Amino acid sequence: MNIQNSKYEEALQRYQKKIANAATEDMVLNMGPQHPSTHGVLRLELITDGEFIKEVIPHAGYLHRCFEKHAESLTYQQTIPFTDRMDYLASMNNSHVWVMGVERMLGIDKEIPKRIEYIRVLVCELNRIASHLIAIGTYGIDIGAFTPFLWCFRDREHIMGMLEWASGSRMLYNYIWVGGLFYDLPVGFEERCREFVDYFKPKMAELNGLLTDNQIFISRTANVGVLPLDVAITYGCSGPMLRGSGLKWDLRRVDNYSAYPEIEFDIPAGKGEMGTTGDCWDRYKVRVDEIGESLKIIEQCLDRLQKDLKRTPEFDPRAKLPKKLTPKPQDYYMRGEGSKGELGFYFIHQQRRETDKNGNERRMDTEIPFRAKARGPSFHNLSVLPEISRGIMIADLIAIIGSIDFVLGEVDR
Amino acid sequence: MSFDDIKQLLTDKFGDEVIVGEERTGLQPALVIAPGHIADVCLELRDNPKTYFDFLSCLSGVDYGVDEARFGVVYHLTSIPYNLQLTLKISTINSREETNLPSFPSVSGIYRTADWHEREAYDLVGIFFEGHPDLRRILLPDDWEGYPLRRDYETAAYYKGIYIDFEPKPGDENTLAQGEKVQHEKMGIGNGPEGA
Repeated sequence: MNIQNSKYEEALQRYQKKIANAATEDMVLNMGPQHPSTHGVLRLELITDGEFIKEVIPHAGYLHRCFEKHAESLTYQQTIPFTDRMDYLASMNNSHVWVMGVERMLGIDKEIPKRIEYIRVLVCELNRIASHLIAIGTYGIDIGAFTPFLWCFRDREHIMGMLEWASGSRMLYNYIWVGGLFYDLPVGFEERCREFVDYFKPKMAELNGLLTDNQIFISRTANVGVLPLDVAITYGCSGPMLRGSGLKWDLRRVDNYSAYPEIEFDIPAGKGEMGTTGDCWDRYKVRVDEIGESLKIIEQCLDRLQKDLKRTPEFDPRAKLPKKLTPKPQDYYMRGEGSKGELGFYFIHQQRRETDKNGNERRMDTEIPFRAKARGPSFHNLSVLPEISRGIMIADLIAIIGSIDFVLGEVDR
Repeated sequence: MSFDDIKQLLTDKFGDEVIVGEERTGLQPALVIAPGHIADVCLELRDNPKTYFDFLSCLSGVDYGVDEARFGVVYHLTSIPYNLQLTLKISTINSREETNLPSFPSVSGIYRTADWHEREAYDLVGIFFEGHPDLRRILLPDDWEGYPLRRDYETAAYYKGIYIDFEPKPGDENTLAQGEKVQHEKMGIGNGPEGA
């Protein structure tokens, strides 16, 4: 090995030495990347002492698809399908944040028609419910309860069906476009959506009876994986992770973007009802409560969409689509509340340099970002795992992983 | 507390040489900090009762292009108590040699979330952070060569001796190594549209 390079290799050698030493005294246990409870292709290296965990070393990157590299070579509009594939359980939320960032750079964010804003919020909240249903359902299955999983997937399928009806695709929608939407909502969507809300409310009560207040479930999750608020903040946790630790911090309220300022909803936060504030049960409960809040938002959206923002024959969701997506050279960091937390996109836009035949350098407008960085909430939420799982039992680690609710598509991008 | 107040606060605390410049072109103004002082500035902004920038939203490594030969890191800080946002930038000139990566002080002791972010910047852009506890690659395999988000990165033709089979463009003879081309001709693949 090159001696000059050794400074850059130091950490790797230290890590290899640690694993080699641990293998003689303790046991090194690999969990994943194909383990069902790691919710995707996450590999955890556990240094264990009997049944207790001394250290967790997460290895991400098995699902790395070079999102940022792609974004640097495609136009803003072409990258929207790639954002769908980041957090593939809540694609609408991803593309919403991306699109809002581009609109603000173009300076057209105030011109978006109200009906479009409300449709965007409606589909985002539907998608948020779908994502939280997966989180709750798979959490149940991690802990050992199979029925809630089937119930959640049954109800999620209604949402998937509706969003497929609107966009033509089941999970990866490419529905929200810069300046508008792919299509207007199909005729009868609002009525169908209201039927779903009426159907779904009692089902949530049923689910609460089965899982949330279940004594076995509470014993497995209360006082487990306690995440104190200061640790959550310094590790950049956001979304239900941060709110589970007791802080009411929701970017839908803090930044008041899109149609959210006109909508009333509460921000649920962990209170430590069953144990300590910030334990696994609190994070789970925040998600359950957020489903209720999302239903409230959906109802308010439907009220507006069926009354003053009613569909008209001449309404064209693509009317405001800009012909060219060429912002001025600038930097912009856009953040929004995805289903897992603060989803951010950092754009650096510069003009393209071009040399013509006479050898003169010109600066040309371009539709391609110079640099686009994605801040996935799951990436930060996962990074706290080694901190809160020191000295616990392996079975509790499963409970903690489930309560973090990360999506590897977003961790690895 | 406005952007100018924060600037004034930093100047009062550290003197004039810490803030090298500012950018006000876009919607979000940014402070350009002298690279050596970034950790002190972050610590001050986090602990000062007037700012409390306690949340590091995003940390991005940036390669500003081959011509400029400049690398930078952009920090997006959020103050939860005061609901403020602030962008800090640092940058340095670097000649892009493998043995001399651009180097900045790590802020992972101040914001723990910077730990993984700095690993990512090291992994993809090739920026070294002094004082980072565990600066290994995070998204790519440990034995990956090169830094993919650099402007001069070329896609590797081989990975661990395995040839990576791109679809060659029709008429582009140079995309395949000679040995591979012979092999491909034998197998009857990759010879433009009619061969495929």
